[in-house]
Formats: sequence, C-alpha cells, structure tokens
Amino acid sequence: MSGYQTSFDLKRCLIDTVMAGLISLVVFGPIVGIVLQGYSFQTEPKRLAVLIGIVMLGRFCLSLFLQTVRGQKIAESFSKPGGGVHVLPPHHKSNLRFIIPILILLAIAFPFFANKYLLSVVILGLIYVLLGLGLNIVVGLAGLLDLGFVGFYAIGAYGLALGYEYLGLGFWSMIPLAAVMAALAGALLGFPVLRMHGDYLAIVTLGFGEIIRLVLNNWVGFTGGPNGRPVPNPTFFGLEFGRRAKEGGTPIHEFFGFKYNPNAELIFTFVVLVIVVLAVLYIKHRLTRMPVGRAWEALREDEIACRAMGLNHVLVKLSAFMIGASTAGIAGVFFATKQGFIDPSSFTFFESALILAIVVLGGMGSTVGVVIAAFVLTILPELLRSFADYRILMFGILMVLMMIWRPRGLIRISRRGYEVRKGVPPSAAHTRVMPTPVTGKEVTP
Amino acid sequence: METARGMRLRLLGTCPVRFIRLVLSCSLASLTVHLFPLRENLIVDGIFLQQLINGLTLGSVYGLIAIGYTMVYGIIGMINFAHGDVYMVSAYLAAIGIALLSFFGFESFPFIIFGTLLFTIAVTGMYGYAIERIAYKPLRNSTRLAPLISAIGMSLILQNYVQISQGARQQGIPTMLDGALRFHIGEGFVQLTYTKLFIIVASIAGMLILTYIIKYTRLGRMCRATQQDRKMAQILGINTDRVISYVFVIGAAMAALAGVLITLNYGTFDFNAGFIIGIKAFTAAVLGGIGSLPGAMLGGIILGVAEAQFSGLVNSDFKDVFAFSLLVTIMIFRPQGLLGKPQVAKV
Amino acid sequence: MSDVILSVRQLGMRFGGIVALSGVDFEVERLSITALIGPNGAGKTTVFNCLTGFYKATDGRITLHTAEKGDTLVGKVMGERFQATDFINPAQLGSRLWYKMFGGTHLVNRAGLARTFQNIRLFKEMSVVENLLVAQHMYVNRSLVAGVLNTQGFRRAENAALDTAFYWLEVVGLSDCANRLAGEMSYGQQRRLEIARAMCTRPELICLDEPAAGLNPAETEALSRIIRRLRDDHQITVLLIEHDMGMVMSISDHIIVLDHGNVIARGIPDEIKHNPKVIAAYLGADEEEVA
Repeated sequence: MSGYQTSFDLKRCLIDTVMAGLISLVVFGPIVGIVLQGYSFQTEPKRLAVLIGIVMLGRFCLSLFLQTVRGQKIAESFSKPGGGVHVLPPHHKSNLRFIIPILILLAIAFPFFANKYLLSVVILGLIYVLLGLGLNIVVGLAGLLDLGFVGFYAIGAYGLALGYEYLGLGFWSMIPLAAVMAALAGALLGFPVLRMHGDYLAIVTLGFGEIIRLVLNNWVGFTGGPNGRPVPNPTFFGLEFGRRAKEGGTPIHEFFGFKYNPNAELIFTFVVLVIVVLAVLYIKHRLTRMPVGRAWEALREDEIACRAMGLNHVLVKLSAFMIGASTAGIAGVFFATKQGFIDPSSFTFFESALILAIVVLGGMGSTVGVVIAAFVLTILPELLRSFADYRILMFGILMVLMMIWRPRGLIRISRRGYEVRKGVPPSAAHTRVMPTPVTGKEVTP
Repeated sequence: METARGMRLRLLGTCPVRFIRLVLSCSLASLTVHLFPLRENLIVDGIFLQQLINGLTLGSVYGLIAIGYTMVYGIIGMINFAHGDVYMVSAYLAAIGIALLSFFGFESFPFIIFGTLLFTIAVTGMYGYAIERIAYKPLRNSTRLAPLISAIGMSLILQNYVQISQGARQQGIPTMLDGALRFHIGEGFVQLTYTKLFIIVASIAGMLILTYIIKYTRLGRMCRATQQDRKMAQILGINTDRVISYVFVIGAAMAALAGVLITLNYGTFDFNAGFIIGIKAFTAAVLGGIGSLPGAMLGGIILGVAEAQFSGLVNSDFKDVFAFSLLVTIMIFRPQGLLGKPQVAKV
Repeated sequence: MSDVILSVRQLGMRFGGIVALSGVDFEVERLSITALIGPNGAGKTTVFNCLTGFYKATDGRITLHTAEKGDTLVGKVMGERFQATDFINPAQLGSRLWYKMFGGTHLVNRAGLARTFQNIRLFKEMSVVENLLVAQHMYVNRSLVAGVLNTQGFRRAENAALDTAFYWLEVVGLSDCANRLAGEMSYGQQRRLEIARAMCTRPELICLDEPAAGLNPAETEALSRIIRRLRDDHQITVLLIEHDMGMVMSISDHIIVLDHGNVIARGIPDEIKHNPKVIAAYLGADEEEVA
C-alpha cells in the first residue's frame, strides 16, 4: 500500500467542496433559482439552496472517500482499462438451468391469478425484455450504438396497424413480416453507415428514429398522423377473443365451451409473448456460441484485426444490426396488439433512451440482467407514479453513473471455456509431416 | 489536400464516380419534387429570395452550434451528444437574462443584448465544463462506447432537469428589435428584419473571434496541437485535460451565442428544443467536414438554405425529414464532408 | 523467376503531398522466407498495408498467385474507381460495383494472404481459443439456422475448427494457455498467438510485421524455429519485416532493402551484408561516399 497516501487532507476536501458549490451556483442558479413566468420571472431560492447543498455534500463525501485507500484504488482503476472478464472452466454449468424452469413455471401459473392490470403491466415488461434483448445484441455483443431502436419498434407496430387496414394482414402473419420489414429497414440504413466510424452510426440512427416518427406524424393520409390508427384484435386459428364474434368468426369461449373471460385476449398475448421471449433468449444464448456471435464480439474488440482475418466487417455488423432490428419489429407487433390503438407519441426518442437504459443497467454480462432490468425499469415507474416527472432524469443519472462505475457492464463477462484436446492439422494439403510441437516451456516465463 | 485542378475537375463532373453521384442525387431530388409538388409562382412571389434570407439566418445559427460538435470531435474523436441540450439551456438562459435586465430597469436594446450575451455565454460555458467533467473525464480510458452513453445520459438529465425546474410549457421573450428592410420585387416584396440582420452579423463576428482565438492565441495553438496528437502534446507539457475542458467551454459558448440569437428571432422555445436542432447542427458539421471550423460554418449555411428552400418551395411539414435524409445521404456519398480530409486508418 | 507467389510492380503510395512509396518492385518466391528491411520510416509497414489491403495503393499493381485460388489483384478486390470504359462493358461495371460494395481487406485474406501486426492486435477480452475460432470464420458452418438448432453438421464443423485451433496452439507452444484471456498473456505469448491466429485463416503467404520486436533472445530463437517450421512443414511462404538483423540474416532466403520508399537492394543475406548502399542507408553515409 505504499503508493497510497493515507493522511487526510481536510483542507483539500473543503476547497473541492466550495469549488463544487460555486460551480453549481453558476450552473443551477439561473435555471433552478429563476423560473420564467411569461416575460417576467419569480425566484425560487429554497429549491436552489437545497440543490447546491446536495451537490456540496456529495462532493465533500466523494473527496473524503477518494482519500481513503479504497477510494484511491477505485480512482486508480479508472486510469487503466480494467479487466474483470474471466474464462469459465470447460464444463461449467450455469445456475440458469435451475432458474429458467422455475421462471417458466411461474409464467404458466401467472395468468391464473393475475388481474387485468397486472397482466398488462407484465406484458409491457415482457415487450421491453424483447426490446432489451434485441438492443443488447446490437450494443452489447457487436458494440454498435443504436439510438433509433424505436424506429424499428414503430415499423413493427405500424406494420400491424397499416397492414391490417390496407392489406388485411393479422397478428400471426405480421409477426414474421414485421421481423423481415424491420430487418430490411435496418439493412437499408446500416449498409452505408456501418462502414464508417462507430459514432456516426449513433447519430444516424438517432436521426432515423426521428424520421420515422415525423413521417408517421405528418403523413396523415397514410398513417393517420397524430390521431393514430386502430389495431386488429389477435385471433387464435380464426377464433376471436371478444364476447361476440365481429367478422363472422367464432368467439373462442363458444368454440371450446368455457365461460367468457374478459382477460382471454391479454392471456393469449401473454402466452405468445412468453414463448417468443423464451425463443429469443435461446437464440441469443446460441448466438454467443456461433461463428457470427464470435465475429460480433471480435469486431467490437478490434475491427482492423477482424478484417485481416477475412471477416467482412460491414456484413458482420449488418447482421447484428438486422437481427436486433427484427427483434424490435416483433416487439412492436406485440405492443400494438396490447394497446389496440397506436399513435406516433409512443415512439419518441425517450423510448429509445429507455431501452438503452435497460441494456446499460442490465447488461452486466448476462442476459438475465437485461430481463431483470427491463422489468425493474417498466414496473417501477408504474409503482412510483408520483415520481413520473423524474423518470427520465433518473434514466440519465443511471446511464452516467453506470458508465463511470461499471463501463464494462455491457460486455459479456464470463467466457466459455474449452477442454484442451489434441490438435489435428486442418487438411493434408497444408502439412507434410506431423510436427512435434515446440515446447513452450523454455520461453514462457 | 485537394489541388485546385482536382477541385475544378470535380465541379465539372468529369470523374465518372462523381457523375454517377450527381445523376443519383439529381434523380433523388427530382423524385422528392415529384412526391411533393412545388408551389406555383415561387420566384414571382419572392418566396425563393425570402427563404434564402431565412435560410442564411437559420444556417449561420446552425453553423455556430456545429462548431461545438466539430471542435469536440476534432479533439477527442467523439460526438458530444449533450451539445444540442446545451443550446437549449442557453435559450432559457437568454430569456432569463433578458427578463432579469428588464426587471432591473434597463431598456436600451444594445445594453440588454450585450448583457444577456455575456451572462449566457458565461453560464453556458460553465455547463460545457460541467458536462466534460462529469460525463467525459472519468471515462477517458474506458471503452469507446462508454462516453457516448454517458453523454446521452447527460442529455437526458439536462432536458428533464430544465423541464422540472422551468415547467414543460413553451417559454418566450418579447420582441426586442422591430422593423425591417424591404426590397420590392415585381408585385411582392422580400423583407430582411433587423433581427435577422443582427443574427447574421453577430454570427459572423462570433466566427471571426473564434478563428482569431484558434489561429493566433496560445490557447488556440494548444488546441490545435492537442487535436493533432494528444500524446505528443502532453509530452511537450500541454495540460491536455485542461485543453479538452476549454474546447467544451468554447463549444458551449458558441452554442450560447446561437441560443441568444435564435431566441431573438423566433421568440419561443421549450425543453425539447435542443434535440432536433442538435441533430441538424451535427448534420451541418458532417456536411462541412467534421473537424473543420470553416466547414462547420459552410455546412450550417448550406443546410440552413437547403432546409428553408425545401420548406418554402416544397413542403414545410417534412423539412426535418429532409434535413435528416440529407445527413444519411452525405454519409453515403461523401462521409468526409465538403472541407474534410478523408481519414486514413492507422494500422 | 520460377515460381512467384507475390509480385509487386511499380507500387506507389502518396498521403496527401507526402510520397511514402514510389516505384517499389519486388517478387516473393513460393516457399521462401523473404525479409523486408530498412531503416525506420523507410516505408516497410506501408508496403505491408498496401499488400494486405489496408491502404489502397495510389500506383502500381500487386498480384497474388496462389495455388488454391489462382491469381488475385489486390487493387481490384479493394474496390477501384469507375473507369470510362465501364459504361460500355456492363460485366466490368458490375464487377467493379460488386467489389466497391462488398470488397475490401477481407478479400485479400481470403485469397490466401494473412498478416500479423506491429502493435499486437488480438481480441483481448476473448479467450485464446476464441481468438483462433474467429480466424476460422470462413471455414465453419455459418448458417444461422444450423447454429441455432445446433445440428450435427454444425457441431462437426465446430469440432473441426477446435481441432485446428488446438493444432496451431501446439505448433506455437501455447496449448496450456488455451483458456486464458488473450489480453492477459505475456508479450511473447501474444506475438506467437497472433501468428497462430493468422495461420488459422489457412493462408499460403503470411506477412509478419516485426514478429521479434520486444522479445528476448530465447523467445526470438523459438520464433525463428516456428517460422522455419511454417515453411518446411506447412508449405507456407513467409514475408517478414524485422529489425533484428541476427534473426533476419539467419532465417531469410532473400532480403529486400527499402529506403525512402524505394527498393535500394535485393538479394541473398550475404550479398546484402556487404552491399555499400545498404550500409550507407543504415549508417547514414553521404551519397558521394557510396558512389
């Protein structure tokens, strides 16, 4: 511990605190302390004082903490790119094989005791799980920052509404179609942009998300503009969930002869959604063990080396981008079905930011993190309605803090281990004789 | 470096690639025009000229904001996602400054505007500093994605914090500068309000001051050195962390100037105002060539004029869509922008 | 020249106004170990970057003659500018357009030329085996459906890829590091892993950019043995840039000397050792003294 200074320097703490107070007075003073009222204003000194007090207290505690040995260690870990990634032993079995069956059982039991409100909240949570998983592929695995994810979500949702209106397509046919449409939109957008520096993608996708929203809002003739569009009810093999059949179909409770259940439609959506989420979870798990998943992560690590390995970086990135987009498209179909009605106000940038917050908060190396984060970030605001105004502020603070505290949260932390085996040369053409391996002993320190 | 001959060749379109691009962009343009039919009698009404003036005004403001993007990108190679919101904050500060000064009984326009400018630039500069300290400095050695995400977080924080403290309603300022120059053309006329004239003059002045700082002062030399090679600059004794802070402050100051000017012209704004203007200013920076100061101004003016013409002659509902589509189009056909140099990847 | 695997003709490279290379001509014989040497700033790495398709050379042509894939023009697969004649010849236009959209550095590698980097570029946060698996991307089952369903064919392909990966780990002597993270290995191990990774792309020609930089004499010795083995046992042609003259002189069959972007000498090690121009370039003698 020789490198760490152990004596307390209270004077420095106080100077830091006063500086922070002064800066926050300048920064917060006008905006928090003076509130515009038409062309005039009124002052809010109390609010300002509280805010500055919080900043000064926080800065004081931080200064004190950074002078402890522990604090200095943490500060030092910022100055060098830290590891924290580890390789699992070859036959590692994850705890997930116990957790997932339990979750499935819970999901099966859930519709039997849930009421309408609970069902719709959980469905919303699952939709965000889907969105989070999709974005986690793009951001977490491939390292591409997609800020217009909501655009693909909107394509899925409006695909269902407009597909029904103009082409008579329903819920079932739109699930694959939405995936394809969103993927195609992703390809069109991604192909030109993905060959450039990563940051450009972020801003182009940001613009794209906004274009989609503006078009939905302004092309009144086609999309209904701000008034939105109704969405058809889902059917199950042509059976409807309403009390009475609307378009000559049979209501499901008459067909199977059970009592009419007003929640039937939500339960149906829930069941299909759970199946889709499980499928996506499985696919994502497989992807990390497939060549394409490895290629995404390799591209995130070093693009130049990847190109030298014969990987077409544009197409590899594009595949991640498209798979992510298609997941969002599917999520959009479920969202539209759940709402029964959609308008452009559901597809603002804040939605993209929320999905990103889910990935940032939850992506600590595991898919489970995303699932939990999606539920926390969608259900918590439902419970804390009185803090609704502060929701976005919280997301922002969360993103900044997570990046400072755990920037590697997005990266898969535990890597698969492989059993050591005897190597076999690739093909006869490349070898004349079996080589005796160079012993690494003499050179490995 | 582009030789004069190369430039001329490009303008003539002799190079087949450029020719194809020209044909493509012309067909894109004609397609757009076909989709959104032009208004009639445009030249006669003077709409074209009027929109040219509006575009120049808007464009010079875009240029000022674009400078913030281009300088930050030049020095740390990252997009400052919170920059649009810095502009939004400065619009609020401008309104607060004007309200404060009028409250204390000042009435002359030059005094109010000068005082407001000083106040806004100082406070907004502090915002730039704070953003750099919180969202960028602790992440200097982190993964490439981390500062981007923290900057987006910062942008969300700024928007929501202004919304909470100032309310979600639209805010405004009284008209400060009345009157206009009128030019009669045919039956109609074109007018250049004094406010617009002031905006154009003030942004040119701001640009000139910035150019002077970057070219001739010690601070400017340090900025340029850090931009060229941060490690080397550090070895030569430049405190690069401080230079990066200065660059954020300068960028914020330019955004503050833009905030005051645009508030003078339009009079209203809300907590969301920074989002779209931010993307457009970034488009301007990319159009001009990111990393290039004159490029930012040129890109701003071209974007402003193009957008104004589009909204005047074609369809004003889709003017934002037009600006964003322009961004994507530039990315495809000329990612290094008008005045930027193509990047050579270091292997 | 009897059997040439790589021929470089009048290669020129300009960065803005700076001429990095001009009129560089050389050939690499199949199954040889050829060294590219020269003082710092002579343009060696620029030559490598042109060969491997990281830079688009401004002049000249680079042709790769491989046994498996035939002839490849490096400039062409990188995507060239359109020419006037393209508009008469649709097939030519199509091919140019194709390479413009999908061409690039990776096609040079797929043609049979692999490389390593002067400043090691491993996938640091992936395990050693995974690094080698990524390099075999073109040889495994990339079908999404097969991968998701984990079919027999997919498992077989993955298995074969693992076999190859472990084989090359044995060759470079890193078998016991298989499950470590690439970034946490020692410098010498990382250098060797980079060679193994390049070999996993199954090239016929491997370009090593300063493979012995930062290695101690024992490690350099082991590296020389690996390089010889690549040539003798695996029929690989080796082209390397190196500053360690002892190593260069001992392992190379042929040496090309570069200075100020020009080839100033070429020949077998003994000739190069005594070439006055080369000595002048390294020791900085005046032009008159050389003449």
